[in-house]
This record gives sequence, structure tokens and C-alpha cells, in this order.
Amino acid sequence: MQKERIVGKPVFRKEGIAKVCGAARYIDDFSLPGMIFGATVRNAIPRGRVLNIEFGPGIPWDEFTVVTAKDIPGKNYIALINQDWPCLADGFVNHPQEAILLLAHPDRQLLPLAVAAVRIEYEELPSVHSIEESELQQTIVWGDDNIIKSYVMEKGDVDAAFALPEIVIVKGEYSTGAQEHLYIENNGAIAAYSERDGVTLWGSLQCPFYAHKSLLGVTGLPEDKVRVIQVETGGAFGGKEDYPSMIAAHAVLLAMKSGHPVKIIYDRMEDMAATTKRHPSRARHRTAVTKDGKLLAADIEFCLDGGAYSTLSSTVLSRGTIHSGGPYYWPNIRVRSKAFATNTPPHGAFRGFGAPQSLFATERHMDRVAKAVGLTPEEFRRRNLLRTGETTCTGQVIRQQIDLEGWMESALDHAGYYEKRARFDRENTDSLRKKGIGLAVFLHGAGFTGSGERYLNSLVGVDATAEGRVRVLVSSTEFGQGTNTILCQVAAETLGIDYEVVEMAPADTSVVPNSGPTVASRTTMVVGGLVHSAALGLKQTLIASGLLSEPYTSDAFQNAAKSYIAKHGALCSMSRYQAPPNVYWDDQKYSGEAYAAYSWAAYVAEVTVDLTAYFVTVDDFVALQEVGRVLNPVLARGQIEGGVAQGIGYALYEKVVWDRGLMMNNQMTNYIMPTSQDLPPIRVFFEEIPFEYGAYGAKGIGELPMDGPAPAILNAIAHATGEDFNAIPLLPEDIAERLAARTSIAKEMAAV
Amino acid sequence: MRSYPADYELITPGNLDAVLRLLSDEPGRWTAIAGGTEIMVLFGAGKLSARKLVSISPLSELREIFEDEDWISIGSGCSFTQIRRHAGVQRHFPLLAKCASWTGSIANQNRGTIGGNLANASPAADSSPALLAYAAEIELISARGTRRIPYEQFHLGYKKIALAADELIRAVYLRKCPADSFCYARKVGTRNAQAISKICVAATGKLHQGRVEEIRIGMGSVAPAPLHLVGTERVLLGAALNDATIAEARKALLSEVAPIDDIRSTASYRKLIAGNLLEELLREFAAWGDRK
Repeated sequence: MQKERIVGKPVFRKEGIAKVCGAARYIDDFSLPGMIFGATVRNAIPRGRVLNIEFGPGIPWDEFTVVTAKDIPGKNYIALINQDWPCLADGFVNHPQEAILLLAHPDRQLLPLAVAAVRIEYEELPSVHSIEESELQQTIVWGDDNIIKSYVMEKGDVDAAFALPEIVIVKGEYSTGAQEHLYIENNGAIAAYSERDGVTLWGSLQCPFYAHKSLLGVTGLPEDKVRVIQVETGGAFGGKEDYPSMIAAHAVLLAMKSGHPVKIIYDRMEDMAATTKRHPSRARHRTAVTKDGKLLAADIEFCLDGGAYSTLSSTVLSRGTIHSGGPYYWPNIRVRSKAFATNTPPHGAFRGFGAPQSLFATERHMDRVAKAVGLTPEEFRRRNLLRTGETTCTGQVIRQQIDLEGWMESALDHAGYYEKRARFDRENTDSLRKKGIGLAVFLHGAGFTGSGERYLNSLVGVDATAEGRVRVLVSSTEFGQGTNTILCQVAAETLGIDYEVVEMAPADTSVVPNSGPTVASRTTMVVGGLVHSAALGLKQTLIASGLLSEPYTSDAFQNAAKSYIAKHGALCSMSRYQAPPNVYWDDQKYSGEAYAAYSWAAYVAEVTVDLTAYFVTVDDFVALQEVGRVLNPVLARGQIEGGVAQGIGYALYEKVVWDRGLMMNNQMTNYIMPTSQDLPPIRVFFEEIPFEYGAYGAKGIGELPMDGPAPAILNAIAHATGEDFNAIPLLPEDIAERLAARTSIAKEMAAV
Repeated sequence: MRSYPADYELITPGNLDAVLRLLSDEPGRWTAIAGGTEIMVLFGAGKLSARKLVSISPLSELREIFEDEDWISIGSGCSFTQIRRHAGVQRHFPLLAKCASWTGSIANQNRGTIGGNLANASPAADSSPALLAYAAEIELISARGTRRIPYEQFHLGYKKIALAADELIRAVYLRKCPADSFCYARKVGTRNAQAISKICVAATGKLHQGRVEEIRIGMGSVAPAPLHLVGTERVLLGAALNDATIAEARKALLSEVAPIDDIRSTASYRKLIAGNLLEELLREFAAWGDRK
């Protein structure tokens, strides 16, 4: 392979200086002439009919713009996969915090008082608030059966395998809770409307064309009259994939009715209570294994709580289903999965997208299966990890040269696993501080699932300006993870020019083509690959024109581009997605090539469980992964460290306290995320095997680190305490309840 | 921000006499605001019922720490940063320095004051257990004069304090104890930093020939107000620190704490951990005695 100049190097973030100096402008930093402010009136009950709306005293209502569902010129839904998610509730509400009314006024500070002064009378109807309640189907809150989506994925003959003699069967139930994204910047949008220009929307968002599609539906305007511009976005983690389309529609409706530009900014409490979270899950595993620890069959039931509307639940469920097998070779496996509706605000995209849920169950369960056949966690995994040439649970042949066993061994070495495991076993007996070490091995599919990338049909451009600068034209957005930097690196490398010469075109739907949503760990691998081929096209155009010949300097390239534009008017090259060869996927049977590529990882967590306060501290964390070629080592490390931190929060700290669908702890004082004082050293290691069809060999990285921490930590806690904890978040209260029952203290407590 | 600023009035008289005159002329109408780390959170959330605020933040009279041979007095306007960095506090009242360092974030410690913390009267206040363990006294001031009461008489119930409508907290007084006292403090919060206590404990004590000669234990988040564990201390006084005593003490503790389920934890967890922390402190107390 040729030596690269820019790819693989820790070049600076494109927008880094502006962010560090405070010059970056986020949505609330923008103002337009005549702009007024919008706010949302939300419902208070879980489910029911709206009987009456009264505008209470003390507010100058004649100064307000009020929008209800009746004011929607187009269709009253936010366009995602289905069309069931109302933009504004129209007489019926299905979850707390559902938007009913919109208000706008020039005095931003007056809005909260006005929102509080709207009195809504309801007729409350029965509601459901958990997978368990929903699956009973006693109260139907969605469709005919509360089931938003279901899949059956089957390989081999599962029932026959369970009927074999001399096998060990291990069962387990695992559950995970909701998780809040906690991006630093809350959601917000500004909308402007004029008859001549139509609608323009600026927002903090991940997917400009998702918002664009929703606005077309809500406004009924033609495509060229709707323009969406992403401004600097302070974090997203999936939380700004779907919900910003809702806020965009609200701002646009107010702007159209009031005749003024309208800004809507959520505060933290509104953002936490009203917007999406990670889907809670429940997984039931039944595993058949030989006495010497060879996996024979899995029978898995995987369920998600989707919330009140279908939004993205079917795709989250799909990814969760496919990842249920983990990185193991299963001769026989069946996964039956369902997403249930509940009267909770719809759960949505969140880093990992179903995989952290199903992999938590699988990796926790594997430790229990190992124990049942008398093997250590690592030896059991060694006997069952996927190898090149074997098939995954969708029947996908692993063509990449992988070495999961070697990578696991390497992670264990970095962690000092064998020595520590033995030492902790020895020293724990007499200590009130029990130490443990645990392992998780896992995979994460990069890009859209199955035929998703083909449907997306992404288009990417690279062009040059009259000054000879190069621009990357994509709708893929930067929200802290490094899109700008990585895509500019790829373009600069491909064109053979300086990194500084390349910049991102604004993420503006009137300027850039639709390169698909910025989700699913697809940007570097898929969009990066398209930037690479578009850049190649640009270079070939210049060379073919006779204005440039190889070898050339960056300056020579710029001069050639300038001359080309002076002569021909424009220099632009587009590239459209083409699936890698041999990619076959059956959407009905759920078999075939689920993903173009998988990233692989082995994580090791070391913990202390303090038996005085039942508090768990993660003392050390080793994160080893194979993500294809690492294009920017600093950004890549940042992704892993951040994902592990978020995974530690998911496992041990972050608990959404619900009261019938309403988040009760919607403040950062009471929704506890770990601080730097709660995090261990996170030691990051990369194995790099270039992936043929990714940009410069890259695969996906963003979501992978979210999958492994929770099972590794809970496995470590099982090692430390000898108790199986199978639900997250696992809080000190939960550990106390279980472990205290083993001590004399509990007896005293009971006696009092 | 969910409050309407024009609905609120904030004045800054600039000196203590003027503030006291205002409180005496219009008793009950004004709420003092110092660092604002509690009041502004309520303001932001649209939940601040007090509409008239008088700032005591600029009052230098309240911001000094004095030390003499027997006492340290801490002005109510002293920030937690000031307290935890003060050499005399660190030397003579390490538990208070420690508790101050546990309070909120660094920004909270820079803005938040000990007077504000006590007047806010949260049962979870981090400094309260230490003040109880040190038998602190608290000086209240009004246009009528000053009065000094034991800190443990300051809390009357949930968010109820012995502060008259025209009074301010002027200072906290701590009597220096002999250098060879045992001391212990531990906070069990929701996380290691920027956390509100699920439970917090501080204790001081002395042993004489293996028996408890003195002990004072303060505990937070286990009752409607910070709690001085008088009943538990009674069991311990004069007793040898063996397993039987510890079991007795745990029992006594359970009869005087009354924790609740709230958004941060559960009553049963708090009861269990209160006992565990008591046991940990008593075992450390015994080990400290053995080392001497």
C-alpha cells in the first residue's frame, strides 16, 4: 500500500479552533430581523382525549401566535418509516409531553408563563408503561396488538438441537433501561418563511434531509421551497436524528402563521422530558451447549419498549435482533423479536441503535453459560468465537481475516487479566471491598442494515471554488464526532493536496446532495468511500483537461482548478453509492449479508464493589478493537473513550425515573451521568485490518464502544461478588438489596 | 429560564446595617440571596416563590474567618472554597474542610456560602454533619441584636429553621478540640463529584482506656433535617468498641433515623448504609484507639 500523507495522521479538527475560541455559532447564537420566539404546550397525562383548551388569565393572549393541528397546511405527521407520529396531537394524546399547541411571542421570557397558563382538560384513558404491560394486550394503545414490529431470524434447526442428548441448557433473562443522550447543546431551531422563498430552517440536527422530508409533508410545499441548514451542533449521539424534524416542523408552523422568523430552543428540562431516549429492552436467552462448551443452539426472545409511536423502532429492533448472536459461531439460532408500544414518549436512535441492548444480554449470558459448563469466561469464548470462513447468525460468511481469539488474548494481556483474576479470588474473602475483572467480546455492523444502503442511494460531491479551494459536498453532519475532519482528510489525500485546501460545503439542502443520514457508523466508511471516488473523478477531470499532470504540488492543483473554472465555469464531481459485490440480503427471512463490514472488539473492565455503600467503581478499562484502518488516531481514540464513558454511565449510573411515561428526574442534578472523577483510565488499543470497500480501509467506529462496557462491567461485578446481576442500570440500591440479604446486618434490619 | 425576570426584584443595599434595617422594616417580605447556587436553580426552573430578593453577597462583614486560641468563627458569607482552603479550618476542623470540598462543583464551591447552605436547610447539606460533630454554634443577627445558639437547635424540621423573619445568619463558631481527637467523615453520593448526598456522616470522638469517652455523630439525608445521633451516642458512651457494642449502636441508630424514598435513593438503602457507615466509623475509631 502506498504511504499516505494525511490519512492516518492526527490532523486538527476543521472546526476545532472556532469551537475552542468560542467563535463557533450554535443555533441559539443566531438571530434574524423581526424574529420572535416559540414554545410548546404539552400534555400532562399518559393517554386520553383532549376535551377542552382554555387560555388562562394574566397573559396578553392577543399578542401571541397560537398554532394547533388545524393550522397544519399539509399532513399532520413527522415523516419517518411510518406516518403515525403526529406533529401536533389532534384531540387525542398517547404519551406525556406530547405537543398539543404552539405559542409564539416577541418576549422570550413571557413564553414559560404563557405555556403554564394554558389549561387543558382531558378524559384520561387506560395506558401501558412497560414491555410486560404492553404484551399482555389488555389495553391496546397502538395498532391491533401493541406490536410495532416483529422479526423472526432463524438459522439451522434450533428445535432439533435442543432435543439432542447430553447437552446443557442455560436460560436467562436480561434487561436494560432507557438512557438520555445528554448532548451538551439542547435541541433548537429557527424557521423563516416567505411566499417567494418558501421555508428555511436552521437547526441543531444530524440529518438535514430527514427534516427536509418532514417539512415537505407538514407544509405541503414543493421540494425547492423547503431548505434545511444544519448549524454547528453541540453533540447528538442519535438524539438529533428524528426529534429535530418535530422541532423544525413546529418552528415552521409558527413562522408561517405569524409572518415572523421563529426561534424555538428547548431548555434542559424540556429536552430531557420530551425528546427521545434509548429503547429499554428485555432479552430472554435459552442456550444449548455441549458439555465441553461448544455452542449448539440459541433460542432468543428480544423485546424493545418503543414508546407511543413507531418512529425508528423497527430499525432499532432490526439491529438489535441481528446483533443478538454476538461474535460467536452458532450452528443453530433463532431470534424472535418484537417492539412494543407503550404510552411513553417515543424512544429513538441512540449510539448503538439496539445493539447495546442485545449484546448486553448475550455477553452477560455467555459468562453464565461458561460457568454452567465449568469453563472460565475466556476459555468458553475461545471455543466459540467466529472465525474467518464461518457464518454469522444471518448466514453471512466472514470473509475478512479476523482473529477474535488473538484480539481477546491481547486485551486480556493489556488488562493483566489472569494475574488479577487469581489475585482477586484470593484476596476478596476477607475484604469489604470486593474486586472483580470481566470481559466482553462483541461486534458492530457498520452502515445501514441489509439493503438499507441501497435504498439510501447516497450521493456525494467534491467541487472546487474559483479560488481553487476544494469543497466536500455532503449532507453528512459534524456534531462533535469528526465528520468534517475525516471527510476533508479523505478528499485531500485522494487529490494529493494539502489538508488546509479542503473545506466542507455548508450542510444546506440547497447546496449539498443527499449523502444519507449521519447515523449507523456509516459516515467514515460509506460516505468517506464516496468522497474518495468523487475526489478521484475531480482529479481525473483536471488531468484529462490537460491543465494538470502528475506529479503535482498542492499549489499546482489549485492553479489548475482555477484555470479550469475560468474556462469551463465549474469543476465538480459526483459519486453515487454502489454496493460492494456479493452483497445479498433477504428482508423477509432476515438472512444474508446484514452489513458490508463488522468492527470487532474485546473489552476488559476491572471493578471494586464497596460492601459498605454497595457502590461500584470501575478501576481500569481496556478497550481493544479492530475498526479497519484508523483515519485519524486522535479522533478515533476520542470516539472510544467517549463511548466507553457513555457505556459506564449506561451500566452503573444513568437511570430514567418514570412516572407513567413522564421522566421525573429531567435535570442533570438527578439524572446521574459519570463525571471524570467516576471514570477509570480508559486504555485504547487498535488492531487495523484495512477494509477493501471503506474509505482508505476504514470501517465504522462511532457506535462500537457503546456495546461492550455494560456487559464487561456486570461480568466483573459477578466475579467480584459471586452474584449474577442481569439488569442495567445497576445502582447501589439494587446491589444492596441483593447482597444485604446474605449478611447478618440484614437480619438485624429485619428485627427492628 | 422559566421565570419571568420582571416579576422579581433584587436589591443590593451594600452594607449589613442597611440589610438588617430592611429585614426589620418589612419582616418576611425579603429573601436574602448570597451565592445564589440554590435560588438561581429554582429561578431557572420557574419554581422560585420568593419574589423580593436582597443580595448579601457584597457584604464583606460576613466574609471573614477569624481564629483565636479557642475558637474559629466563619462568617456566613464565606464560600466553600474559602473554607476548605483556610489553614486553621484545615488544621482544627478537617471534617469541615473535607465536607466543603464535597459540596457541588468547583463553581458551586466558589459561589456557594456556608450561611446560604444552612439557611437553605436541606437535610442533605454536606457541611451540616461536620458542624454537628464539632458541636458548632451559630450566631444570628438582626436589627434587634445578636444571639448565639447551638447549631443543633437551628434545625426545627423539614426546611424549618430557628431564623426569625428579620434575622440573618452572621457566623458559625467552632470550638477547637484537643488535637488528639478521632474524626471521621464519609459522603455516599450519587457519584464521586458534583453529587447530592444519599447519605453523609461526620463524627468526632475520644477514647479512655478502650472505652468511648466522647463521641458526636452528625448525619445527613436520614431525617427531615440534619441529625445529631444523640441516642446512638448514648449507647456508645462508656462502652468498649466491640462487636456487641457496634450491634447495639446500629440498633439505636435505626430507632432514630427516619429516611425516605426520594428521587436519589430509597429509605431501605439509606437505613442499611447508615448502619454500615456507623459500623465503619466505629471500627476505624477502635483501630485509631489501638494505634495510640
